Amino acid sequence: MSKLIFEKSVKGARAFTLPESDIPPEKVSEEIPADFLREEDPLLPEVSEVEAVRHFTALSQRSYGVDSGFYPLGSCTMKYNPKINEWAARLPGFAGIHPYQPEETVQGALELMYELEQMLCEITGMDSFTLQPAAGAHGEMTGAMIIKAYHNSRGDTKRTKMIVPDSAHGTNPATANMLGYKVIEVKSDERGLVDLEDLRALMSDEIAGLMLTNPNTLGLFEENIREIAAIVHDAGGLLYYDGANANAIIGIARPGDMGFDICHLNLHKTFGTPHGGGGPGSGPIGVKSFLADFLPVPVIEKHEGKYHLNYNRPLSIGKVHTFYGNFGVMVKAYTYIKALGSSGLKAVSQNAVLNANYLRTKLAGCYDIPYNRLCKHEFVASARKQKKEAGITALDVAKALIDRRCHPPTVYFPLIVEEALMIEPTETETRERLDAFIEAMLEIDREARENPERLKEAPHRAVIRRPDETGAARNPKLKWTPKD
Amino acid sequence: MEIKANLYYSDDHEWVRVEGDLAYIGITDYAQHHLGDIVFVELPEIGGEFAAGDTIGVIESVKAVADMHTPVSGTITAVNEALEEAPETLNKDPYGQHIAVLKMSNPDELKKLMTGEQYTAYCEQAEE
Repeated sequence: MSKLIFEKSVKGARAFTLPESDIPPEKVSEEIPADFLREEDPLLPEVSEVEAVRHFTALSQRSYGVDSGFYPLGSCTMKYNPKINEWAARLPGFAGIHPYQPEETVQGALELMYELEQMLCEITGMDSFTLQPAAGAHGEMTGAMIIKAYHNSRGDTKRTKMIVPDSAHGTNPATANMLGYKVIEVKSDERGLVDLEDLRALMSDEIAGLMLTNPNTLGLFEENIREIAAIVHDAGGLLYYDGANANAIIGIARPGDMGFDICHLNLHKTFGTPHGGGGPGSGPIGVKSFLADFLPVPVIEKHEGKYHLNYNRPLSIGKVHTFYGNFGVMVKAYTYIKALGSSGLKAVSQNAVLNANYLRTKLAGCYDIPYNRLCKHEFVASARKQKKEAGITALDVAKALIDRRCHPPTVYFPLIVEEALMIEPTETETRERLDAFIEAMLEIDREARENPERLKEAPHRAVIRRPDETGAARNPKLKWTPKD
Repeated sequence: MEIKANLYYSDDHEWVRVEGDLAYIGITDYAQHHLGDIVFVELPEIGGEFAAGDTIGVIESVKAVADMHTPVSGTITAVNEALEEAPETLNKDPYGQHIAVLKMSNPDELKKLMTGEQYTAYCEQAEE
């Protein structure tokens, strides 16, 4: 392990020095009440400029991202982020504006947001969008708040339960729970799809709605979606579309046409904006017209060629983000959509599906694939054969991939597949990259049979071998504290 | 995989030990093995009333977060607070560590649960 920057601190080391000030200093103690003043100096590291640069350069060289190599992290859609998006977001007219500026001085920014909403409506078949939510789970929460507001506005207060499939992303039940709904699980059938009989049996006048991902986390399209929508709607519930897997359907199928009432999208998955530390994220949601009054304020409106922010929306659930959402991300997504156009977006989904099916077909000989049929943008393999025959688990396979310069896929999810490896290559990978991944996976399978002991100690080439995950979860050390 | 003969078992891999009208509830060896290292246990509140199949708590491992269900209906009279500090004891001694104690409201529900023998067959089938 390398040292933390705090451990590199040398008393008196400085990155810069300031000349003596010719203005007499103000005494802080005279300006700020004593209650608010700290008694000890803050513990900040003291290093020279070059040492600070070297420290962070070394850390950056250890990180691994889409720009470093293959990253098939299922359901996260770790696609390449085109650099032209960054150029657009850095244009001074976008980068230099302030959210408190008067409307008439930021007409271009409002126009971009308005048009992005229009484009997302067209792509998803919804009637209105809000760009405020900062990420997928935030979008889900906004969507569930709208479901609640809708039922309450009708005096329909019995609906205290939300249905989620047993293959759902963990955020679905978490969101419903956060809003006070009791979570009810609907089972998957033997084909990995929502069990219609089970759903029918669960529906009642206490059900607020169904939160569904389509294609689901097995990468399978819910073929009975129209029937599912009818079952939910007939019982007075609403249908929520989790857009985590939208990369499989863009330009081909629309949640609005499938019968969904509310739909979220992750701009940082489907629309090529950065994920995680490169973010922030953005999780816009769209609704059908009968729910539009509940959208967060402000909404952007266009009158006689001018754009306005309308806060006068009595039924609105209120604000869900400071100002208008993560604006820079919107510029990047707008650029992505405009650069690709409708035929380009369709090709994104087609290639994402093609790449996933290529991997699935090539790996099917060595790894068990529980639902082995034409998939969408991702599929779930299982290491249960390797576990049974050689004691090699999905975790071991993931660690061995690190030695082969691949980011591991998502493991142990969805929960309905044992020893799950959830693989999503995305559309931006070349045939050569995919072949290298297949070769790595086949080699790991060979090693499982020939040298399982070595595999259980993988990764051999990483800076950190196997972190003590259990220890970290049970006794997390969340901050550095000095030794004495 | 250890399965005790004198306990009742649920489909969700929970066990029930009966003492009078009290039901001691825990998770089976099979459950702890499949969850992996357990790092957190959320216990129900004493006095809480639950129907059979209701979620009474949450068990979090390095691999997954699982709901803990009660196989029988009743009122919580005690919980195993030691698990909050040492959740790993569920891995080491799944049958020695109950999670909660319920005063049963309908002891007839026990008839719907599996015996040790039936549960052994159930786990073998799940492994295939």
